[in-house]
Amino acid sequence: MSVIEQVRAHVKERLQQLDGVVALRQTVEGTAPFLFREGDNLDQLALEPQYPLAPVVSLLHKRDPAVRIGVVARGGDVRALVEMAKREQVDPERLHIIGVACTDDEAQDCRCSDPAPSIDAWPHAVLVGTPAQGAGPNPLVAEYDKMSLEERREFWERQFSKCIKCYGCRNICPVCFCESCALEDPLWVEKGVLGPPFPMFHLIKAMHMAGRCVACRQCELACPAHIPLTVLYDLMRRDVEALLGYVPGEDLGMGPPLSLTLEEAPLRAKVR
Amino acid sequence: MEYQNILTTCIYCGCGCPLYVQILDGEIVGVLPSKEHPISRGQLCIKGWNATAFVYHSDRLKTPLIRRGDSLEEATWAQALGLVAQRLATIRDESGPDSIGFLTSAKCTNEENYLLQKLARAVIKTNNVDHCARL
Ligand code: SF4
Ligand code: SF4
Ligand code: SF4
Ligand code: SF4
Repeated sequence: MSVIEQVRAHVKERLQQLDGVVALRQTVEGTAPFLFREGDNLDQLALEPQYPLAPVVSLLHKRDPAVRIGVVARGGDVRALVEMAKREQVDPERLHIIGVACTDDEAQDCRCSDPAPSIDAWPHAVLVGTPAQGAGPNPLVAEYDKMSLEERREFWERQFSKCIKCYGCRNICPVCFCESCALEDPLWVEKGVLGPPFPMFHLIKAMHMAGRCVACRQCELACPAHIPLTVLYDLMRRDVEALLGYVPGEDLGMGPPLSLTLEEAPLRAKVR
Repeated sequence: MEYQNILTTCIYCGCGCPLYVQILDGEIVGVLPSKEHPISRGQLCIKGWNATAFVYHSDRLKTPLIRRGDSLEEATWAQALGLVAQRLATIRDESGPDSIGFLTSAKCTNEENYLLQKLARAVIKTNNVDHCARL
């Protein structure tokens, strides 16, 4: 059985006990996240392109405190679910994970070093597919490391000057779930002014990604200005691992090392 | 519980980026870019990300309003358009066709823009036609 057939079979089986399963649905219009329910046409279930599905799980869990759902999740989705569970954005007891291991090609595409969802710590989870090795570190980070301080400043000045302040990098990010965001606080970021304050706008988000960024690359893919945002967050991940021994998304049982109080949303609905 | 994404087009500029509107139990809960579409390729500007922000906004107008003195009164579309047609005719007759200008939009289709200039030239009889990109 192919991977997608196995996924569909798992979803079909779980739908008998759950209220629905979050996955991608492909129709003539295109492919987007969807809550499959019993009786829905599972031939429409697709695995690409990758949308962040953890925020959808969170939305549904917050909307209905009794709802029990599943999710067809890639490595990045599961890592995001791990960080969200630690901050009460999803409820592991009410979540069944159907994990899909990405192929080596897919992992290279996303520059993902950890392409197989680790599902062991989750109360209800299965894994489909054969775990691939994963990609090496971001080559842009190695280039950055060779730059002098002055060159680094110029690099970011050049990159951030392209920013159109669309907030897409925050909106798409699965671990940016704060009810009130510092990037909308006039204290830091003046409304209606382009470009965003240099370098505060991007550094605020980067600081908040310490111990949170799960390297899913969704921000970079959503950036209309093609700013290599993952360089920034990869550097943050590297420091957090070196200094605090913490890899976001890796271990459901390990508490986050920083008690940075962002106005994190309690387990209830957020409308953006 | 029902959750789905409906494909639509951003209403804010001539690029017409396709985007998904996220619907939870019949209520709009957010926007997602369309990753497969060749126009937006999974990216939106701030207007696209907020394309649905007006839908439940308390300031949203739900019917035409006609100003009478200092107050705005609710009206039907027939009343509002009737008043506009009548005032345009009066202004044209009293002050001449070139006292009126027509401003159209990049967000309209070619056909809609054609119709607007037709209305300007053939009905009002003015060449004063311009476009939001030059405002
Ligand atoms: S900052 Fe980017 S890579 Fe990190 S979790 Fe958010 S979207 Fe994913
Ligand atoms: S406050 Fe920071 S972590 Fe929270 S949503 Fe905004 S950028 Fe993301
Ligand atoms: S997605 Fe890119 S352009 Fe938009 S706010 Fe983020 S960095 Fe700026
Ligand atoms: S998302 Fe922005 S660029 Fe795209 S159609 Fe809307 S306003 Fe235009």
